[in-house]
Amino acid sequence: MPILLGVIPFGMIYGALAVSAGLTASASLAMSSVVFAGSAQFITAQLIAQAAPWFVVILTAAIVNLRHMLYSASLAPYVQHLPMRWKAGLAYLLTDEAYAMAITRFHQPDRGGAFGHWYFLGAGLTLWATWQLSTLAGVMAGALVPPAWSLDFALPLTFIAIVVPALKDRPAIATALVAGVMSVLAFDMLLKLSIVAATLCGIVAGLLAEAVNGWAHAKRKTQDARPNDP
Amino acid sequence: MTDSATLWLTLGVIGLITFAYRLSFIALMDRLRVPALVTRALRFVPVAALTAIIVPELVISNGTADLSLDNLRLIAGAVAIIVAWRTKNTLLTIGVGMAVLWALQLVMG
Repeated sequence: MPILLGVIPFGMIYGALAVSAGLTASASLAMSSVVFAGSAQFITAQLIAQAAPWFVVILTAAIVNLRHMLYSASLAPYVQHLPMRWKAGLAYLLTDEAYAMAITRFHQPDRGGAFGHWYFLGAGLTLWATWQLSTLAGVMAGALVPPAWSLDFALPLTFIAIVVPALKDRPAIATALVAGVMSVLAFDMLLKLSIVAATLCGIVAGLLAEAVNGWAHAKRKTQDARPNDP
Repeated sequence: MTDSATLWLTLGVIGLITFAYRLSFIALMDRLRVPALVTRALRFVPVAALTAIIVPELVISNGTADLSLDNLRLIAGAVAIIVAWRTKNTLLTIGVGMAVLWALQLVMG
């Protein structure tokens, strides 16, 4: 599973960052099993280090993690036949990487076969164990890494590696541009709410760009439908 | 709140919210009706949220926006964006970005 190669350094960097952000080792490790979502764990550790109030930390994590509803909706048809304890277990393991692996399997011609949910469970558990162990390694190594190494810079770099390939169409680019500009303009906003505010502005920009695209498309279509117009 | 009851409660609530998101449609697909606008908006959440985290990390230096060439993180971040765009390779993006930052820190001291 080459996907693990991406998870291990990410988990180690999270562990090291959480400790350098001032979280105790136990809190850093607990977050990996309680939250189990890389980007939300990073930003939570960072906001706690910046002494943001608890409700802002929760609100920011709730927005960063919203995408998991998309994964849930996308996988739901393939696990409907399972009992609730299976559904709950698979839901707990539903990370970005587990989703990518499960949906690839379920999209095969046999819809993942009779044991598709076992594949999902196996991938999820492997990712879970890898994430916990790499977090532990990061927490232990974190105390040894001198601040001059600027390890915290790995956080924006990791996110750059996720976001840039996702900028495939104009609405996505509009989303990134507006969210980026707003995050700087709103940086001094009260209570560290700037990430929440910039994210919401970016989403609105994406929806508007999509609507404009849709209108332009519809207009072209009506013009094509009247070939005899002068 | 680096180690207090508030911290632990905060982590617990974030964990519960995340689990609720993940379970939402899997458990309630038959009963859950989500407006089309929300489904469309969800697509933009990852790009919006992650960009809102990235940009201040690159641009803000000592509490103010710094778009000059003295801002080493901005230069290293720009190089990383180009690497991510051309290669779509996560580890290469992180590796090149860190290497550029370290090199600049050595040269510019």
